[in-house]
Amino acid sequence: MGEEVKLFRTWSSSFALRIVWALKIKGIEYETVFEDLSNKSPLLLQYNPVHKKVPILVHNGRPIAESLVILEYIDETWKQAPLLPKDPYERAMARFWAKFGDDKVLTSIWSVFIKQGKEQEEALVATMENLKFLEEEMKGKKFFGGERIGYVDLALGYLANLISIFEEIVGLKIVDEEKLPLLYSWMQDFAEAPIIRDNWPPREKMIVKFQALLDAAIASSSSSS
Amino acid sequence: MAEEVKLFGSWASPYTSRVKVVLKLKGIEYENVEEDLSNKSPLLLKYNPIHKKVPVFLHHGKPIAESLIIIEYIDETWKHNPILPIDPYDRAMARFWAKFIDEKIQPAVWKTLLAGENEREAAIEEAHQLLKTLERELNGKKFFGGESLGFLDVAGNVVVWLEVSQEALGMNLLDKEKFPILHEWCQRVLDDDAFKQVMPPKEKLLAFTRARFEAFLGPK
Repeated sequence: MGEEVKLFRTWSSSFALRIVWALKIKGIEYETVFEDLSNKSPLLLQYNPVHKKVPILVHNGRPIAESLVILEYIDETWKQAPLLPKDPYERAMARFWAKFGDDKVLTSIWSVFIKQGKEQEEALVATMENLKFLEEEMKGKKFFGGERIGYVDLALGYLANLISIFEEIVGLKIVDEEKLPLLYSWMQDFAEAPIIRDNWPPREKMIVKFQALLDAAIASSSSSS
Repeated sequence: MAEEVKLFGSWASPYTSRVKVVLKLKGIEYENVEEDLSNKSPLLLKYNPIHKKVPVFLHHGKPIAESLIIIEYIDETWKHNPILPIDPYDRAMARFWAKFIDEKIQPAVWKTLLAGENEREAAIEEAHQLLKTLERELNGKKFFGGESLGFLDVAGNVVVWLEVSQEALGMNLLDKEKFPILHEWCQRVLDDDAFKQVMPPKEKLLAFTRARFEAFLGPK
């Protein structure tokens, strides 16, 4: 056996899911180590002492943390089924969109979910602005990567599952098919793509988890006011 | 061809400066477009509609925003004098620590500046811990990149700028007694040829920093 590849993850982490997808798309054999973040293993703390988070990829004993950094490492180490484009400008654009996803899109969507009242309204406005940029980017493409799923699809892919879960819990539409038709159909195509469709975390379990997070947030904000 | 390469930036932006250092290290000629950030040009807003920030790099008419993304593009397009390491694991480490600087150290430094009396000590302690964590990564090396400046040293310029400008903010976050190794590294970076040519004059930076923070917080 050549190499040893381990992935430290949780059952629900959207960031870890990116790595699951990448490893499976490239057909890389790996061992999964499930973590309980309320009781982090000594190995997790040893492999990611700086952030103490998942995902962590350990390749031949060497750990890498931060999902987008891990994705680039995987792409540079296993060259089959490339995730990033070849052209440097296209690569820069892919990196830009992935960063935009993490820095802006995720933040605004999370606020729509976790906040109430005026803060939620403002978050919804910000989310719509952010999603419109993604909608523009989808023009003429099936996936962000073009014909095939690529790095940006993996970076944004959790949205294809999480948005509908958030919409169900808070009773708000975030991606309206009429307002964001390209993004809406990307979400369907991505969610049902081979490999992707087999690896979503159980929906009911996700709803219970996020409902509990929301309840806790509401409870703590009303007790402090 | 110099006219094919443009950099929209601000002399006072360390993020712009990162790109300038890399262009200097690789000897790439470019046209520098100095932006007035209180009055952003239509071109800047056209080339970076999402963030409306500097730096923006233009090559063959195609714009790229975000300093570290620009640097990776430059490294992949002009392959001499590589900025990123060759080995994928070393590259991952450089990217990891650059992210740490931008996503952890920078916000923590800001927090110490904006913190009220009650929170300031905790904010300083947090910033110190993060700086210590970064300092350990030097691990006896001359630069993060080894014998010469690399990607992480360039990303680390914000730490160097902090060292230079902190007196204008009435603080000593990067105390050379507490961070002797980081302090020495800052001096080596400041002494580097490419860096020296790109770094704004100290007095100019101090005056700007002072004015900017007084506008932000009120005079200290």
